[in-house]
Amino acid sequence: MLSVNDLEKSFGSIRAVQKVRFDVKKGEVLGFLGPNGAGKSTTMRMITGFIAPDGGTAEICGHDILKDPVGAKRCLGYLPENAPSYRSMTVTDFLTFIAQVRGFRGAELKQRVDAAIERTSLGVAVRQTIDTLSKGYRQRVCFAQAILHDPEVLIMDEPTDGLDPNQKFAVRQLIKSMAKEKAIIVSTHILEEVDAVCTRCVIIAHGKIVANGTPEELKKKDPNGHLDVVFRQLTLTPEEQAENEKINKKILAAADAAEKKEAC
Amino acid sequence: MCPCKQIGTIFRREFKSYFDSPVAYVFLVAFLVLVGFLTFGMTHFYENRQANLTPFFFWHPWVYLLLVPAVTMGSWAEERRNGTIELLLTLPVTLTQTLLGKFFAAWAFIGVALALTFPIVVTTYWLGAPDGGTIVCGYLGSFLLAGASVAIGIFASALSRSQVISFVISLAICFFLLIIGFDPVVNSLAQWGVPTGVVNAVSQCSLLSHFDSMRRGVIDLYDISFYVGVMVFMLAAAQVVTDSRKAA
Repeated sequence: MLSVNDLEKSFGSIRAVQKVRFDVKKGEVLGFLGPNGAGKSTTMRMITGFIAPDGGTAEICGHDILKDPVGAKRCLGYLPENAPSYRSMTVTDFLTFIAQVRGFRGAELKQRVDAAIERTSLGVAVRQTIDTLSKGYRQRVCFAQAILHDPEVLIMDEPTDGLDPNQKFAVRQLIKSMAKEKAIIVSTHILEEVDAVCTRCVIIAHGKIVANGTPEELKKKDPNGHLDVVFRQLTLTPEEQAENEKINKKILAAADAAEKKEAC
Repeated sequence: MCPCKQIGTIFRREFKSYFDSPVAYVFLVAFLVLVGFLTFGMTHFYENRQANLTPFFFWHPWVYLLLVPAVTMGSWAEERRNGTIELLLTLPVTLTQTLLGKFFAAWAFIGVALALTFPIVVTTYWLGAPDGGTIVCGYLGSFLLAGASVAIGIFASALSRSQVISFVISLAICFFLLIIGFDPVVNSLAQWGVPTGVVNAVSQCSLLSHFDSMRRGVIDLYDISFYVGVMVFMLAAAQVVTDSRKAA
């Protein structure tokens, strides 16, 4: 449903994204992992048509993002980082605006907005302006906006960032509930999320894809099956790993010394 | 779906958003007070004992110079600050549709301010027998001038994520385009020995000289197409800038 072909983007001399290539099929939830600054958001912004790639392209439901951007955007729901929305509007007004832009009118529009509100449990807040809502609710408003037109492809940039554990759980449940009939990409740097929702994950570091497989396959790379160890091995440069090792040794030595002192 | 529907949707949201905050009301009051004060206080509307709106229209370019940038400065800067630009530009609309929606919304808002000056027309009719055609023509000219200023403002707003910088850039461009047609400036250019042809050519590029003939009641296709040209050019420039600086 979504295929990304050799996307590239540079900002000045920094090559933010280099030849990124992957596919997402219907029913898959792809975890898009990487440290901060690895190029996750840039890749997503290129797929969603917000910024133009320097090279390569992507296809969403058969629409090339460069040749038919409006067609591609129609099949796509996007939850940008930090869940932006028009703060001075009420929840209903905001969702109605999105529905209108998406081409819905009359009874269908109302039904779509109501369905999105119900799905994200926003019922109690519909008449409030968005800037009076808590962060969790604002997140839901933006989520509602992304699923309003029941898109075939759903792209979410750090959907659980800054939410409390209950809210994180709710967002994950929501993603799971839609997983069957959509192709979903979720970017994150929270590894527990991968176990919770993803059927497959792609790890990106320094603008390049360094791993692509199911969470189980990735875990096998570490003898103890710890995903965070694998993640560190894949995303840190050898120098950074050596540096980490040094710090670790120091901490261990300090702990040892403290123990000895106590023993005396 | 018809592209104008998309423009209409963006337009309605933008237009409504002006009235969501007190800015709109502050602007409307400031505009009316300023125009009223300048018309009656500076150009002595009553003391002239003439039933025409020449002193009233005389001030419009200078009031727009100050207030139009204040209306347009947020149009892209605000979207950038809140991150909603990412939302807006990943919706199934083209950048041109979004830009036109924003432009018409700001223009219509200035139009509301202009329409609220109607009491001065009523007063003039009550006191004397002004020439209706001249008044209509003056309002049309003023509205076109506002449109050109709004397009410049939208362009400036696309340039920076800071509203203050947008305001200053927009003010500087508008000021330049007014001053090159302002009589004292044009006269001193001629005195410095600049060839008449060049002086005329420069002042023809001014937002002011085209308004001058319209406020005197002359509707010329040439003047109208000048303003439309400025709007198209500035919006095209805004499109290029926005396209290249989206993520900035």
